[in-house]
Amino acid sequence: MRLRTGARLTARTVALAYLTVLVILPVAVILWRSFGEGIGGFLASVTTPAAISAFNLSLLIVAIVVPLNVVFGVTVALALVRGRFPGRGALQAVVDLPFAVSPIVVGVALILLWGVGGWFGGVEALGVKVIFGLPGMVLATIFVTMPFVVREVEPVLHEIGQEQEQAAATLGASSWQAFWRVTLPAIRWGLTYGVVLTVARSLGEFGAVIMVSSGFPGVSETLTLLVHGRYLDDHNTFGAYCAATLLMAMAVVALVLMTLLDRKRSTR
Amino acid sequence: MITIAHASKAFGDFLALHDVSLDIPTGSLTALLGPSGSGKSTLLRAIAGLDDLDGGTVTIGGADVTQVVPQKRGIGFVFQHYAAFKHMTVRDNIAFGLSIRRRPKAEIRRRVDELLEVVGLEVFQNRYPAQLSGGQRQRMALARALAVDPQVLLLDEPFGALDAKVRADLRRWLRRLHDEVHVTTVLVTHDQEEALDIADRIALLHKGRIEQVGTPDDLYDRPANEFVMSFLGSVSRLGGRLVRPHDIVLERAAGGSAVDGGIRATVRRIVRLGFEVRVELQDDDGAEFTAQLTRGDVEALALREGDAVVASSARGTPFEEPSLAVTVAS
Repeated sequence: MRLRTGARLTARTVALAYLTVLVILPVAVILWRSFGEGIGGFLASVTTPAAISAFNLSLLIVAIVVPLNVVFGVTVALALVRGRFPGRGALQAVVDLPFAVSPIVVGVALILLWGVGGWFGGVEALGVKVIFGLPGMVLATIFVTMPFVVREVEPVLHEIGQEQEQAAATLGASSWQAFWRVTLPAIRWGLTYGVVLTVARSLGEFGAVIMVSSGFPGVSETLTLLVHGRYLDDHNTFGAYCAATLLMAMAVVALVLMTLLDRKRSTR
Repeated sequence: MITIAHASKAFGDFLALHDVSLDIPTGSLTALLGPSGSGKSTLLRAIAGLDDLDGGTVTIGGADVTQVVPQKRGIGFVFQHYAAFKHMTVRDNIAFGLSIRRRPKAEIRRRVDELLEVVGLEVFQNRYPAQLSGGQRQRMALARALAVDPQVLLLDEPFGALDAKVRADLRRWLRRLHDEVHVTTVLVTHDQEEALDIADRIALLHKGRIEQVGTPDDLYDRPANEFVMSFLGSVSRLGGRLVRPHDIVLERAAGGSAVDGGIRATVRRIVRLGFEVRVELQDDDGAEFTAQLTRGDVEALALREGDAVVASSARGTPFEEPSLAVTVAS
């Protein structure tokens, strides 16, 4: 008994130490460095024009990526679960590709495709700047976040089956009405988790975005690029810590908001 | 009146329906009865429009609906596993069809109140399906289907997922409801007792074909072939004839050797099942059969295992034997 208690304590200590060194300490150090000189220094650092611009750009990318991923994620999940078409297995594999491919490879691929001389490079002549512009950053972010909604919604769709939709049909609902009033509410948990993961990943994406951004402070820097730029280019470590803290705070806010929203809905 | 003409449907190599034609009279409660894989659910889903037929037509109230979507067939459908809208309260579930039809709020409220009373779920109206028992969920599903005043109510094994006691209660309740509402009702079941108990008419399906259609008495007393006879109740073979075990009369061999057409047999086992007693016998040729007697009969005969008896039945095989050979061969 004593030995088992001892073993248990050891396991807990190891787990706690592991978490402390790898997660808690880094976060704590960043927080400590950010607020070490008081809240004033932090606020000044995150309200510079470059910081505000980066903040807005990160939010803008999230605002574009999330709706697109929701619409196409749910569509793909429906096709994977309900569809009986050739190439379904291939689609299954393709959905997981972004998990496997390094973001930097995504960036390179996008440049090859959309950059000058690429297959779709012609759009630049039409005045649409994809690479080194907002569209490129959005495309990169969509690529790396694509699986989240699909993979969260798919098992829920499997579980609920089609009987509820058929019941809705016999009660007079069109497929569109059945989707909005029966299917969507049934998958809302999965969808919500997919959105949370998409938001967090969109805010945090770095490797793919840095490849396709022109990287001008105040113009085309997202928050992650701002952290990177301040630290390496400007040797402004304090500013880098403050931007990182802001980034973390946004991710936490997204997580808390979604949790609250869900709780409110489920108790309705 | 629902008319199904020459309906056929295959799932891959499996023939679910094979040239099935059936008339279902308006206002009747018809059971589609059969073992699993007999095509009864496929037929019901074809009436609803949930499955398309490969061939044949479905007519409801004189209108050919073969190509009509389920939404426009004027049906109510109840699923075996309820298909409750889990995120809606009982009230909202029942109101669904009316709200899709954009009926005025006051009318919806009135109609839902009415149906909540009919199915006895008033006190549960603000609960979610997860907070209801299986029987309550199925009553909610029935109310939901009835809310839109369907021409036809279709029930797919509606009591199949419920335990025996609840099933019997709901069965009686549905029969009473049907007597009040008179909506043409088609019920799919694999339980012959349920079909005999509840239906005015039974269509017995087997391997995608209809074996016989008629009243419960027709099918039980005048089965068209051995399959129908054995599906609707137990069957004993008494010296080459097929009879119901409860039609067999036993007499003591000593005094009854003169009984006309009697078969001499030995009692192998006596099983008392409450009021009923099952007597397992073996005739002189070694063939085993079962007779079903009342407790009183057995006591009057003072029957013991090992006794020699004469078994006879006033009824013969209710159908011509050649059809037996055909059924066995198919």
